[in-house]
Amino acid sequence: MKLRRDPNLSDPDALYAALMEAHRGLDEAASRRLDAKLVLLLANHIGDEAVLKEALDLARGTVPGQDAAPATD
Amino acid sequence: MSAWVPPRYAHHVPPRPGGVEQARVAIVGGGLVGLTAALDLARRGIASVLLDEDDTLSTGSRAICFSQRTLEIMGRLGIGQRFLDKGITWNRGRVFFRDREAYSFDLLPESGHEYPAFVNLQQYYAEQWLIEACEASGLVDLRWGSRVTGVVPRADGAALEVETRSGPYRLDAEWVLACDGVHSKVRRALDLPFTGQVFDDRFLIADVRMQADFPSERWFWFDPPFHPGQSVLLHKQPDDLWRIDFQLGRDADPEAEREPERVRARVAAMLGEGVAFDLDWVSVYTFRCRRLERFRHGRVLFLGDAAHQVSPFGARGGNGGVQDADNLCWKLAIVLQGEAPERLLDSYDAERIPAADENIRHSSRATDFITPKGSACRAYRDAVLELARDLPLARPFVNSGRLSQPAVLRDSPLNGPDEAPRAAPPGTACPDAPILRDGQPDWLLRQFGQGFLLLAREAHPVKMEGLRTVELRDSPRPGALHDHSGLAAARLGLAPGECALVRPDQHIAARFATTAPDPILAALRRARSL
Repeated sequence: MKLRRDPNLSDPDALYAALMEAHRGLDEAASRRLDAKLVLLLANHIGDEAVLKEALDLARGTVPGQDAAPATD
Repeated sequence: MSAWVPPRYAHHVPPRPGGVEQARVAIVGGGLVGLTAALDLARRGIASVLLDEDDTLSTGSRAICFSQRTLEIMGRLGIGQRFLDKGITWNRGRVFFRDREAYSFDLLPESGHEYPAFVNLQQYYAEQWLIEACEASGLVDLRWGSRVTGVVPRADGAALEVETRSGPYRLDAEWVLACDGVHSKVRRALDLPFTGQVFDDRFLIADVRMQADFPSERWFWFDPPFHPGQSVLLHKQPDDLWRIDFQLGRDADPEAEREPERVRARVAAMLGEGVAFDLDWVSVYTFRCRRLERFRHGRVLFLGDAAHQVSPFGARGGNGGVQDADNLCWKLAIVLQGEAPERLLDSYDAERIPAADENIRHSSRATDFITPKGSACRAYRDAVLELARDLPLARPFVNSGRLSQPAVLRDSPLNGPDEAPRAAPPGTACPDAPILRDGQPDWLLRQFGQGFLLLAREAHPVKMEGLRTVELRDSPRPGALHDHSGLAAARLGLAPGECALVRPDQHIAARFATTAPDPILAALRRARSL
């Protein structure tokens, strides 16, 4: 595992608020575009395929290395 | 300029209708790929019978983008210069998003190649030149108006039932090359599954004849004002002909979209009012990405669209098929000449299936980018395009088609050692480079001929049987190629004293740190499956 799983932000509340603020007033499509841009910008910054794959699996709720399956709540 | 009129070829008249004839090699399908295979075999001294149900060239411009590797193959076959003389040379692609340019790319940023990244040319010209060269070779029996209606495979070949205007006959062939396209009759006769991904979007091709001053570049629009919500691709062809490819979406009515008035309105919206043009060819199509599980079925081998189908984005259909012929024909020739065992032909599967998969992967990914399905796909696509305008980091994501590159046969069973890994590993199509021969400017690939070759730098290898040697020298020397720019050595990754074994299809088979003959001869045997 290469993806950090311990808290790493000094002010998580501020980041969360900034994300909410960024989406304010956007319709559904614009919101999706904003998130997509964020993902692409951050993925390029990270630049490590293994970390990105791990994050993708985690977000999908799948165990790394296994076939993707929908997350259950 | 008046429209080009295709030639008509005389229908074949079988000498004995209802009888049986023999052929060593039968090629089914006289399109780009079948004709390339026939000429390639002829260049190696192998005669073939080519059967085509039609009596003319392909209708419409069809495959128009001939890649550098295809041009090098045509160069080896002796007709490369015709592509350069007639075709539209281009190296640059430009991508637009809505009303602005998002970015542009240069496909051949380095000079020192005989052929450019691409030449645009109507497919029928390529076919015509191939036919002329096949006829001149005296080794290709071109039989037009000859429809294959049945194929019965046997251990020692296949029996083809052929229908002509003058009656049917049977052709017993030792080898059959099925080059009969996406709707391959040979594939159907053998009942082979042809499976893969179906794409729902419809596209419209309009070949437009007009005087226009667009540059010789590939222009691709995402969501342009003149065709909102869809994509458009523009290519320049010879004879003042322009290829315009409009994405129509999933719900388009193909019959209505073919109506000339409707097409004219779409073109006029793109070009603006007052631009005069004629419609030369119109086609509405959908496409799939799929392939046969195997391309070799005993003595029947499948090439081109008969074996695999891709979307048009990336120019991987025709170019992929020409590379199939390039890969197969030298192998078949040396098997027929008794210089290699039949199992050498299994390497056609081992080498061209990964190449087809690479083409399918690229073309599927491009199609997914160009025709996003669902709101998430659309969001990512538009996010990439919006970012690409200002941020170079986003540009590599933009996928309007990853344009055809020669496959690197990395895992080929024919590859030998790489004793000095640098550039161009075994399995790579040998890069071209400028050289001087007897003081005259020439090209490296032009020196290769049709057989196996040892390319040595600053070394004088001993004579080895079945192997021609070409010496690359850093300074002029009689009988050697002068690598005056150093590009040949750099592109091949050869240090002084090193050498590379090159296959008859100009692919590097192995690289050696010295010219000691034993490892070279071992690699030469391996490359022939001996």
